[in-house]
Amino acid sequence: MRHFTKWSLAAAATVAMMGTSQIAYAAADCKELILGSAISFTGKYSTNGIHAKRGYDIAVKKINETGGVKIGANCYKFSIKYYDDESTPARTAQLLERLIKQDSVKYFLGPYSSATTKAAAPVIEKYKIPMVEAEGASRSLFNKGYRYLFAVLSTSEQYLASSIALAAEIAKKNGKKPGDVKVAMAFEQDPFSLDVRAGVVDDIKKYGLKIVIDDKLPRDLSDMSATLTKVKALKPDLLLISGHSKGAVTAARQIKELNIKTPMIAITHCESGKIVSKFGASTNGFLCPTQWAETLSYKGEAFGSAADYDKLFKATYDGYKTVPYQAAQASAAVLVWKDAFERAGSLDTEKVRDAIAATNMKTFYGGIKFAPAGNNIAKPMVLRQIQNGEYKVVAPAKWASSKIEHPRMVK
Amino acid sequence: MTTATDVKAAETGTHKRRLMSNNDSMIFAGLVLFGILGPILFPNYTFQIAVLWLMVLFALTWDIMGGQMGYNSLGNIFFFGAGMYICAIVQVGLFTDVGAYTSVSGQGNFKFTPDQYYIGVAVGLVAAAIGSSLLAVALGWIVFGLRGPYFAIGTLGMALAAGELIGAWGWVGGGSGIPMPVYPGSGDGKSYFFYVLCFAAAIATFLFLKWLYSTQFGLAINAIRDDEGKAEAMGVHTLRHKTVAWAVSAFFLGIAGGLFGNMTGFIEPLEVAFPTITFGIFMVAMALLGGKGTIWGPVLGAILFHIVKEVTWTYFLGWQWVALGVIIIINIIYFQQGIVGWLQEKYPGWFGIEVDERARAEAPAKGAAQ
Amino acid sequence: MLDNLNLLVFAPYLGVQLLLDGIFIGAIFALAAYGLALVWGVMNVKNLSQGEFVIMGGYFAWYMSTYGIHPMYALPVAIIGMFGFGWVVYKTIISRVVEKDMFTSLLATFGLAIVIQQGLNLAFGPEVQVAESGFPTHTVPIWGGEITIAEIRFYSFLICCVLAGGVVTFMKKSRMGQAIRATAQDVRAAKVMGIDTEKVFAFTYALNAAICGAAGVLISMIWVIQPFYGITHSIRSFVIVTAAGFGNLAGVLMASFGLGVAEQYGGFIFGAELQQATVVGMLLLVLIWRQIQMNRLRQAVQ
Repeated sequence: MRHFTKWSLAAAATVAMMGTSQIAYAAADCKELILGSAISFTGKYSTNGIHAKRGYDIAVKKINETGGVKIGANCYKFSIKYYDDESTPARTAQLLERLIKQDSVKYFLGPYSSATTKAAAPVIEKYKIPMVEAEGASRSLFNKGYRYLFAVLSTSEQYLASSIALAAEIAKKNGKKPGDVKVAMAFEQDPFSLDVRAGVVDDIKKYGLKIVIDDKLPRDLSDMSATLTKVKALKPDLLLISGHSKGAVTAARQIKELNIKTPMIAITHCESGKIVSKFGASTNGFLCPTQWAETLSYKGEAFGSAADYDKLFKATYDGYKTVPYQAAQASAAVLVWKDAFERAGSLDTEKVRDAIAATNMKTFYGGIKFAPAGNNIAKPMVLRQIQNGEYKVVAPAKWASSKIEHPRMVK
Repeated sequence: MTTATDVKAAETGTHKRRLMSNNDSMIFAGLVLFGILGPILFPNYTFQIAVLWLMVLFALTWDIMGGQMGYNSLGNIFFFGAGMYICAIVQVGLFTDVGAYTSVSGQGNFKFTPDQYYIGVAVGLVAAAIGSSLLAVALGWIVFGLRGPYFAIGTLGMALAAGELIGAWGWVGGGSGIPMPVYPGSGDGKSYFFYVLCFAAAIATFLFLKWLYSTQFGLAINAIRDDEGKAEAMGVHTLRHKTVAWAVSAFFLGIAGGLFGNMTGFIEPLEVAFPTITFGIFMVAMALLGGKGTIWGPVLGAILFHIVKEVTWTYFLGWQWVALGVIIIINIIYFQQGIVGWLQEKYPGWFGIEVDERARAEAPAKGAAQ
Repeated sequence: MLDNLNLLVFAPYLGVQLLLDGIFIGAIFALAAYGLALVWGVMNVKNLSQGEFVIMGGYFAWYMSTYGIHPMYALPVAIIGMFGFGWVVYKTIISRVVEKDMFTSLLATFGLAIVIQQGLNLAFGPEVQVAESGFPTHTVPIWGGEITIAEIRFYSFLICCVLAGGVVTFMKKSRMGQAIRATAQDVRAAKVMGIDTEKVFAFTYALNAAICGAAGVLISMIWVIQPFYGITHSIRSFVIVTAAGFGNLAGVLMASFGLGVAEQYGGFIFGAELQQATVVGMLLLVLIWRQIQMNRLRQAVQ
């Protein structure tokens, strides 16, 4: 909280200085290079909006402390101009127009969530201004031929895919037919979760599993006991839940309260919802897809290894037991900008766009290499299981550090 | 007691109902001039000024019911969202299958030719306007029986329910929304195109309402505001008048919805189409700020509100909503009649109102309490 | 939908579970709704910041639990704290809108709601928070142990009963309670009889905030809280009071339980996506029903 206030004050100060084009706090020999972002400080996405903002800020700080960005012979320091999009796509579109036209920002970082990114993409495309986004995973962002949109994260259909594969595999091992494996789903009514759901439905068809519950959760979600009561009755083998942080928190609390015994439960956004520190042992056995984990052996410039980033982040911001991947991928997006600027050797948006498109780098967040559509294809998603209060990677096999516990322990 | 009613009678009775007084036409000309010169002088602010015109439209349409007729609706945003969705469905549905276009896997992959785009927008806006009005007529049967706070809460519930229901309706994309057809021209071209439409919509609303209030219809809805029972007894068909007034406000709000959906480029039920607790309340706050029940109040309120909002959103990042809340509270507590209402009280001559000064002097307190 | 109805028929114990959950949560709705009925009935203020008061109460519990204090101890703290807060709000804002028309209070409290939301957001951040009671969940040993009762829900139900009983006794027996009831009947007459109505109003509003604060403490232990979650609680209170009318606790209780149960059944049968729509739909139904009733009354008078 303290940091948030501090940074927003700094941002406000920058804004105040903008008019006279003076550099507010950058060091004397480096010029300021402004990235723009409209992100959620208030409203339903704000939990993760703040995580992402901290990710952006920590990367900017790190880059500026370690020599800034070298473009040709000049040295630049990043600073980010933020606006609050209030978690609504309508506001995102307006604010981007404003950042582009009035604040003359020419390089963008993404907002948080697929919904707001969907509103942002047409605007930056319209003005031919590149954006590296880190928080919009919906597949529909990458099938429209957008030229200026790049995403460092894996697309949404991959979130819960490996949990379906796992369930099918376990069923096979236990001599069960795939058609007997019952799946219950509860997804929030929001572009991200519905996109995850579409991917899941495809996979369920592929493996021939059976859907027994397909509920959608409302926006102001604080109670899902009706859905969980159905789960009790139909006894599915796999329960899938996605509803950003609040969905994870609500689900974790009520699964415990209603004594749900489903052997396999996969939930998105466990880390950003901080469910382990909130509910302790009752969360053991939950499967949580993640874009990034601090235990993976990724390494790169600026931050060093994934573990180093984890340590730095926890030291900088209070109250994190596990660093949410939303922050890590936000930092990675800033690293992409630095790398692309230096390779382009120019501030020209077209040249920088081409440099971004040609990105092929290793970072603490994993490999980053963009497909022609703009999504990152060099990094897998991993599935972690909460075991004794720790997040352990269990799938895919290549990255797994522990064996999956199945069925999950229910006292 | 009698003197107070005399004042009121004097005010309404001697009110000269010309379409526009000299003052009015001067201010109006200034406004139009600003509308035309705005995007030329400040090309970087085109989008924001376009939204400003929509805000003016919001406040004006709310005032038909809230100010002139005394029915305080909290759910007018319903017609904004309805118009947005009707427009989007028409724009897409004219040329391709809506269900396939909005499905999660195929989201918005259809490419519209420029002709298809312009035809879609034109037909879509007309459909949005007419569709919203029809919805207003249909819903009027249900909600107009409600009075006072029940009307406000009932209409609020209607708007909230609409958002939830659209979110559960798969054919229009449900919660994942609809990516709108992409404007075929350049970036600035799109801004100007929609700017002109927003400006035209706001001016058309203003002129139409100005005319409407000068007719007998205007008198009738004012009579409903002052005393519905008496108006009915005098032979005013209240339900018909209420329905027409609501349909008029839905007509223009429907157009605004269609325009805003296209400007945003991506629509979604809860946050973009039916933003009950942002736009839905803003329109009320703007009309009250400027002064409800006047023609210029909503316009002035909308302009001030929009400027204050944009400034606080920039310079008080994180505190912008606090600032907004405080403004609403102060406005409500200290400026009940709004800015124009206050001016009217203070300088009635400016508004062409002739007041019986003797009666006024005898009952100053009563006048202020209005 | 039919599948879900089928389920209820073939596994009736599910219905019992839904009913229990609905009643337990309905008891908490009843607290906030009774507070609203009070201010609405006594001083004709439609308090749209009702839900925000609830959420504020929740933050008392959460904040204390971060210091390792059991959230149950937050109950008296929240009640006292919110009483004071309510008093201050009355003196600064509400006292100026009491005599104005209904729409004024609606908008002024809406402005207040925004300020509270953002204040909480700035102070505690936008994260979803919970306060953990640590109470276990019990299984009812019939129907194969499928029915569970979380101890916290049961306790909060009891607490609601005790609080409601306390408020009712207070209204009946104490001088202030009698003054409040007198004022609700006729403000002018109460003034003539020497009742300091200004003080009565302030007390009523503060009492409302305190009741909401207590509800919030319980909510934070059962559901989740976030600075922006107030609006749904406000809407629930309005639904209940609109349905029950003000001034009768029994009606408020029945409507609250009804709403709690309807939400559970609605979510079960129509799917959770329509749980909210069920609430709002019920509000509209109630309004229409009242309208028909009123029309009948009107005809009778004629």
